[in-house]
Order: sequence, then C-alpha cells, then structure tokens
Amino acid sequence: MLSGVFHGSILFLVSAGLQVVFGVQKIFNLACGSFYALGAYVGVSAVGWYVGAGGPPALFIAPLAVAGLAVGAVGVPVERGLLRFVYDRDETFQLLLTFAIVLMMEDAIRMTWGTSPRSTSGLYLTYGRVGVLGTTVPVYNLIVIGASLAIAVLIGWLLTRTTFGWIIRASADNREMTEALGVDMRRLNATVFTLGTALGTLGGALVIPATAAMSEMGIELIVEAFAVVVIGGLGSMRGAFVGALVVGVLRSIAISVYPELEMLLIYLIVIAVLVLRPRGLFGGPPA
Amino acid sequence: MSGRLVLALALGATVLAPLVAPTYHVLLMLPFMAYAVALLGLNLLFGYTGLVSFGHALFLGVGAYTGAFLTSVFKVRSMEVILVAAAALGALVAAPVGALCVRYVKIYFGMLTLAFGMVFYTFVLKFYRLTGGDEGMPFLRPTLLGRSIDGLPKTDYLAGPYYYYSLAVLVLATLVMWRIVHSPFGLCLKTIRDNPTKAETLGIGVARYRWCAFVISAVYAAVGGALLGPPTGNVDPTLAYWTQSGNIVFMTLLGGFASFFGPVLGAFVFIYLQDWVMSVVPFWRLIFGAILAAIVIAAPGGLAGLWVRRPSVEASSS
Repeated sequence: MLSGVFHGSILFLVSAGLQVVFGVQKIFNLACGSFYALGAYVGVSAVGWYVGAGGPPALFIAPLAVAGLAVGAVGVPVERGLLRFVYDRDETFQLLLTFAIVLMMEDAIRMTWGTSPRSTSGLYLTYGRVGVLGTTVPVYNLIVIGASLAIAVLIGWLLTRTTFGWIIRASADNREMTEALGVDMRRLNATVFTLGTALGTLGGALVIPATAAMSEMGIELIVEAFAVVVIGGLGSMRGAFVGALVVGVLRSIAISVYPELEMLLIYLIVIAVLVLRPRGLFGGPPA
Repeated sequence: MSGRLVLALALGATVLAPLVAPTYHVLLMLPFMAYAVALLGLNLLFGYTGLVSFGHALFLGVGAYTGAFLTSVFKVRSMEVILVAAAALGALVAAPVGALCVRYVKIYFGMLTLAFGMVFYTFVLKFYRLTGGDEGMPFLRPTLLGRSIDGLPKTDYLAGPYYYYSLAVLVLATLVMWRIVHSPFGLCLKTIRDNPTKAETLGIGVARYRWCAFVISAVYAAVGGALLGPPTGNVDPTLAYWTQSGNIVFMTLLGGFASFFGPVLGAFVFIYLQDWVMSVVPFWRLIFGAILAAIVIAAPGGLAGLWVRRPSVEASSS
C-alpha cells in the first residue's frame, strides 16, 4: 500500500510535468518519460560522484535532488531547438515530434551510460526503516512522499497565487489574448517546458535509490503517466495528483492480489474513463 | 518520369530481386512487404480519414498471434487459412474497439487507441501460459496454396516461394485499397478529413464511415502482422508495444501520408535504412529520431511529398 503511494508520488511528479506542458503548449509530451530516465541516470552519476568525493551518506539526497532539478535545463534546447517549430501544426505532428525525442533520448542515454542497469549501491536504507500502520517501510520512501506532497502544494501555490501562475493559466485558456496583453510567449513556452522537464527529471532522480536506472524505464513510465493524466483529466494538476495516487495504489494492490492483472487493470480503467468521461475526473469543460 | 513508369519499374525490380540480389537483401524485403500491407491500411485512417492511431501495433499483434496459434496450437498450416483468420479476427477485435475510438478525434483518438494497444500488449505479456509471455510463440512454417514446402532449407523457402507469396498478397492488397480510396466511400472519407461538419451536413454518417475505415485498416494491419511471422518463425509481444505503433506511424510519415504509395515507400526506406544504420553504428534510434524530427519540422509531406512537389514547381516556373 505505502509502496503504491511511493510509486504514486514519483508518478505525480512526472505527470505534473506532462500537465503543465499540455496546459500551456497543448502538446502531449511523450518525451516526459525520457526526461524521467535522464534524471535517473544523472542522479546515479551525481550520487556516485558525491559518495566518491567523501560526502556524508546521510545527505546524499541533496546532490540527488540538485542534479535532478539541474538536468531539467535540457528542456531549454529541446523546446527552442525542436518544439517551437510545431506549435501551430496539427497535434499529430506534435505528438510525432515528441516521439522522435523519445527515440533520440533513449540512444543518447545508452551512448552515455551504456546498456547495463545502474544503481546507487546501498543508499536506499541509509535512513533506516520505520513501522507504519503495522508494516515497515524505508524512511526514504516517506521522505519522497513528503517531498512530492510539498511540491504539489508548491505548484498549487505557484499556479494560484503568483503572477507567473496567473500568466500560465491565462495562456492555457487563451493563447492569443495572453500574447496580446503583452506576455512574451517565447519566453513563457521555454520556461514552462523547462519546468515540466525539471519535474520529470526530479522524479527520475528521486526514484533511483529504490530501483536501478535502466534505459527502458522511460518508455515504460510514459504509458503509466499517460494513464495518470487520462484518469485525472488532461491539463489538470488536481487530476494529476489524484490520478497518480489511483494508479500507484491500484498497481500495488493488483501486484499483491493477482499479478497478471497489474497493468491490464490500469488500462481498462483508462479506457473506461475515456469512454465514460473523456475529460477525466478533473478535466476542464470542452475546448 | 511518370508515376506509372516508376511503379512498373519498382514492381519489375521486386519480381526479379530474388534472382539477382544477395539473399540477405531479399530476406529484408519480407518484413518490408508485410509492413507495406499494414501501412496501406493505416494510411486509409491517417492520410485519407485524418485519424492517427497510436495503437495499430495491436492489430499487427492480433494477426501475428493468430498465425502463431493456428500453426503451433491448432496444427493448421495453410497460409491462406491463416490470412483469412487473421483478417477476420482483426475485424472482430476492431469492431468494438473502433466503435469506441471513432467517437473521438485528434489527441483523444490517439490516446484511446494507445490504451487499447497497451491492454493487448499486457495481455499477451502477462498470460504466460497461453501466449508464452515475453518469449513469444513459435510461428511454424506455413504451407502455401496447399503445397507443403517442408523439404526446402529455410532461406530458400523464404527467398523463394514465400517471397512471391508475400508479393502477391501485397499486390492484391494494393489493388483492393486502390479501389477503396477511389470509390465513393474513399471520397467520403476525404471529405470527412477535410471538413467533418460539412460532410455531416451533406448527409454522410461521419461516425459510421470512420468506423468502417478503422475496421478496414485493422484488417490490413492484421494481414500484415500475419505475414511478419514466418520470416522470424517467432512472434513476441514487442510487436504489439506502443513504440511499434509509433514506428509504423513514423514509416507512414517518412514515405508521405498524403500519397497513395507514400507509406509503401516509407516502409521500404525505413527497413533498409534501419538495417544499414545498424550495421554502421548501434544507435539507430538516435539517427531515426533526428530524421523523424527533421521530417516533422521541415518536410511533413515525407519523401513522396518531396518527389511530387518538384514537378509542380517546375510547371509553375516554366
């Protein structure tokens, strides 16, 4: 159950990235899974370097998080170099362009880190375990859950209480009008895409103490993040939060009850949601 | 050069290829022909109806697994039976799936097809006892036109009888598709693509036409999937994974979705280019990703688009 919540909080970070980008740029970014994988690999390297340099193991989470956030900067060249050319194109082409990024990133990761899985040796249990509700869980999981909750609150605050958030929501509603009011859309696009990327890479970095980084992890995660945003509703932050919890928890329940059903169950729910309520649980009104 | 001449030359070269070309390249033609059949169908949906499916690997998988089940479980070895069964099962699966999917367009259509594709993928992956899980299932050598060809070595079989068999299926599939897109039905699909509201006003049942196009394209994909089996002799779930759906959309775009033969050209270039790139560097995805990005940004008409556009530019300048 709690492992489901842990998985859910990672999923939330990636899907939140997917949602901001979809909200403003109206692009369904298949590459968010690749950014997640990139964050994981960079996280492994950063922690490896940190431990090698003799840093105290108890603080390994700091370089991990910093590396995860910093590598999100890759969003800038991706947006400026590729995505900005297709904003006024058909959705199909936008989707295919992000698929191209998925292909390129997968091999870029293989070229840099090789094909064998990478993991951080033995840091997962640095903080020990603790008994919660009759089971023992690694404290690290609780830290990630807490961090993810904090980020959720932070995003909520950013979107509803700051000027930047108002601009984001305004441009999600009406691009032309926002631009006419004097908002530099080029800047905004780059910023928002980078924010989305950083959420994905951070999610990847935070997951690697618990699992090894593998080159296929990106394309596997994207279909889960996809399930999350469909269940929650495209473009909705609240939807990403609830959807991630639903997917994470359902997955862990399915694994313990009837493993064959694991992902099957989730896709069946996705289909049910799409058919019965295509805008998701928290999706906005028809565009 | 007129299109008809190019077509005749291409067909002639394909017929003669097994006699002159190295066996290795002849064998590469087999997946090309299988994908070409599937792409003709996919393009009815993509190019002619304007719906992009991100889950068509589902039907490739249905076709391939139909063949695998028939040959290795039910001991049915006739390729004709396999193809008919694949087509029928493809239609049977596509009928309800399509009925749900065509209620939506654009990104929601893409997402729903992707979700259905993943349901099928996880099904074949997880139900190990039935489908062999990630190891897949053997696709035993089928008989062609009732003639058992078990005596032949595998490459002779594939580069000989099976090659011409695939080619015949591809030619037949092309002729049928040519009829479909040039029929009133095909014209209606194009109207729906260009202006659904107008089509509706003209009395075209938009949803019903889209559904028909979906089912036809699924039948083509299933036949293509069944053709993919014998060359490898094995069918595994990666055939139905979502990246595979992405790849076939990529092939269509590479060749040019706006032209009838574009997707066939795309499949050909994709297969041979992939083979060549992989022989030079192991990182074919990096290069193909860059190619795809370049096409999307700079040449959305694909290779056929480049070829078709040139004469018209010359005509206007002269």
